[in-house]
Amino acid sequence: MEVTVTLTVNGIERTITTDSERPLIDVIREDLQLTGTKEGCGEGRCGACSVLMDGQRVLSCVTAIVQADGKSIRTIESLAQGNTLHQVQEAFLAEGAMQCGYCTTGMIMTAVGLLEANPRPTDEEIIAAMRGNICRCNGYTKILNAIRRAVGRPQEVSAI
Amino acid sequence: MSTHNQVLETVEDYQGTDATSCVSTGGFEGFKVEISRRGFVRMLGAGLLITVTEGVSLAQRRGGGSQQPSTVVARLFINEDGTFTCLSGKVEEGQGARTELSQAAAEELRVPFDRVRLVMADTNVVPDDGITAGSRTTPYNVPPMRQAAATARELLERLAARQWQVDPDGLEVRDGKVTNAATGQTLTYAQLAKTEGVDEMFRQRVDGGIALTSVDDWKVMGQPISKPTHRDIVLGRHRYPSDIVRPNMLHGKLLRPVSYGATLESIDLSPAQAMKDVVVVRDGQFVGCAAPMVFQARKALEAIAETATWKTVPHPSSREISTYLKEHARTDRARPNARGSTETAFGGAAKTLSETYELAYIQHTPMEPRAGVAEWTDGKLTVWTGTDGPYRVRGDLARAFGLRDDQVQVIVPDMGGGFGGKHTGEAAEEAARLAKAAGRPVHVRWTRAEESTWAYFRPAAVIECKGALDSNGSLIAWDFTNINAGGAAIDTPYNIPNTRILSVSSDSPLRQGAYRCLAATGNNFARESFMDELAAAAGADPLEFRLAHLQNERIRAVLVEVAKRFDWPARKKKVTPELGVGLACGTEKNSVVAACVEVAIDRRSGEIKVLEVGEVFECGPVINPANLTNQVQGCIIMGLGGALREEMVFADGKILNASFSRYLVPRFDDVPKIDVYLLENNDIPSAGGGETPIIAIAPAIGNAVFAATGVRVRSMPMRARQLRSALA
Ligand code: FES
Ligand code: FES
Repeated sequence: MEVTVTLTVNGIERTITTDSERPLIDVIREDLQLTGTKEGCGEGRCGACSVLMDGQRVLSCVTAIVQADGKSIRTIESLAQGNTLHQVQEAFLAEGAMQCGYCTTGMIMTAVGLLEANPRPTDEEIIAAMRGNICRCNGYTKILNAIRRAVGRPQEVSAI
Repeated sequence: MSTHNQVLETVEDYQGTDATSCVSTGGFEGFKVEISRRGFVRMLGAGLLITVTEGVSLAQRRGGGSQQPSTVVARLFINEDGTFTCLSGKVEEGQGARTELSQAAAEELRVPFDRVRLVMADTNVVPDDGITAGSRTTPYNVPPMRQAAATARELLERLAARQWQVDPDGLEVRDGKVTNAATGQTLTYAQLAKTEGVDEMFRQRVDGGIALTSVDDWKVMGQPISKPTHRDIVLGRHRYPSDIVRPNMLHGKLLRPVSYGATLESIDLSPAQAMKDVVVVRDGQFVGCAAPMVFQARKALEAIAETATWKTVPHPSSREISTYLKEHARTDRARPNARGSTETAFGGAAKTLSETYELAYIQHTPMEPRAGVAEWTDGKLTVWTGTDGPYRVRGDLARAFGLRDDQVQVIVPDMGGGFGGKHTGEAAEEAARLAKAAGRPVHVRWTRAEESTWAYFRPAAVIECKGALDSNGSLIAWDFTNINAGGAAIDTPYNIPNTRILSVSSDSPLRQGAYRCLAATGNNFARESFMDELAAAAGADPLEFRLAHLQNERIRAVLVEVAKRFDWPARKKKVTPELGVGLACGTEKNSVVAACVEVAIDRRSGEIKVLEVGEVFECGPVINPANLTNQVQGCIIMGLGGALREEMVFADGKILNASFSRYLVPRFDDVPKIDVYLLENNDIPSAGGGETPIIAIAPAIGNAVFAATGVRVRSMPMRARQLRSALA
């Protein structure tokens, strides 16, 4: 069934007429061509598709477009201001917390969601928030280090 | 948008390149340098191409007339601004080939890292460097890249010498500049590359075997340099194969059989044909739908899939896999690798042990499932796809569509993981078929379920081990047979007088193929677990027992080092029924590894939680320590999945856990305390480091479980239910 929804994506209001069951990720990637949001499973189990909806991290692969009606969506493309990266992006770069990088944008959006709700999370809180995000390449350690760095605890970051 | 690779979308055929001169490189045996100005200029901009090829001298020695094509070992292009574009047939999937090959070129060119751009895996421009697999990029592709870069540097140096009318020996090259120390004159690479008639100048003999920079003098190699794509990745700008969009492109979905071996008997295509904008294709067993949106294509496919009828065939289940593999073992074809006489030794042994280990099928589950975009233009096919074998896929596509190789271009954008699981090009071929029928470019992205069902798997195995001890507790005989998984790292590194080692193939009910370290993981798991069993039987400490039988200095070094860092003797004394420590070591692909782990056991549930992993790894001179640490950490975590949880569960020809909710890969909360230590060894050439670090994890965990509980779980994965029932 076709529906018309209005949502704000990265600050720009969009009106989209499409099938009501279509997942938000498809609209983001296909209609808006924001391909920084990745699909890793399509079943809500890997976090690659993480975006922020009204400030809350959601999995865009299991969010139907109708659920996004009237909401404000932020994707990875919204984080940097001109040439200035967001502190979480900066931290991922500084720690080299990626290999193939396919999970990275979802990791970053999940971490940004966490930090906006809780600017000084403990390791336990970080791990609990990140548990839904899978990385198959790098063993998570550097990702944890990157998030520690982003919240201002770089001294706990191991060398290399 | 990332500038890596996509830049070459409109490239014309390499075949048209006009080589203006060929320089024999004399003592640099078997290599030749070719330089051209046209051809590549069209796609890379103004500059000069240097191609280093192999096999020429050989052909000449045989009488000159050989039409054998020479093998290109490296290509690099000097841009007019003095930067370099290097070309490699390897692919980047997160393992770090892009960075290390760029470092190799920059090192020998004597330029900073950022002055080298690497174009990878575009069959129209890069040499065929073979499939990206087997940790081969470091030992086999880095050296020729360095040689090509050194040759280019030498040529530029001579060019400067010629301009100044001086002896090149007195010149120095640093930071992309040739300097005459005597006069203080300098010429930059940029100036040299623009020199009028530069190609004429290159028509001279290049002395072969230019010395490569020694490890002690490395300035770019050996550094923890980040991948050049990192910034684009964190910005969400890097374009993976899944992200490629072509004008007028459709998305495709394929009909998959209901079970392995099932054949389509009938299907009604009309429900999809009635849908707006949907292209439906059927060609025998091949059925697919393409539409402007993924959602439409999926709906269309679902509509016709409901109408399909299938003829199914029986298929064994994962429960009976070990019996099945044993029954179908082709023992008659296998030839053991034997030393001494195991028969005699077993006969006269003080103690004999015999056990069987099992290995489940597992899937690589790279975060990016297979994806391919295909576009037909004037009968020629271009695909963008995630594969380890761009040239292999080009050949496959050419055969599938009756084209010549040069009518197919395969481009592999840096992709989202592989781990040995993307040697093939299914999605590209499916996209090409749909695109041909639709007359428009088509993108096929596999779902997680498709990747976990229709790609291939790391082989399952049955591994039979037999060992004998003499009255002194020395290991005197070793009999080891791997059914189905293969022979990687099957030979024992231990010093045992009588051995019989055998790899036997079988009929695999699942499609199987490469995996990170392939059979080495299973072979090392069985060997290192069984060594532990023998140590226990001999009443010896597992570390002492290994060292007593180990002559390989490199393995000894990592083993001793990891035991020291982990404080093995003290930690061993603290073992309780709930807390165990274990160790294991191994070698494969010319690198060596040892690990110590600590595990906590929940004796009621049988759950095994890995608390700590210490791993020492050595692979010769380290080209990029940051990347290597990532690889080792990644291997530890991936190894943990295969050790404890990952296994394909299947019955009636269906995979029952083709999803991340049922196939449990390691997550954040599984991560133990990790200590990775890279042992220095600059006396040998660099070996690849992305695979071997995985092989010590599972056996070290199993050995730690045994230390705590006295129970051996002889399978990968070591399931909680197995431990639970053994402890009950
Ligand atoms: S793609 Fe959405 S959770 Fe995996
Ligand atoms: S970096 Fe490859 S999946 Fe995380």
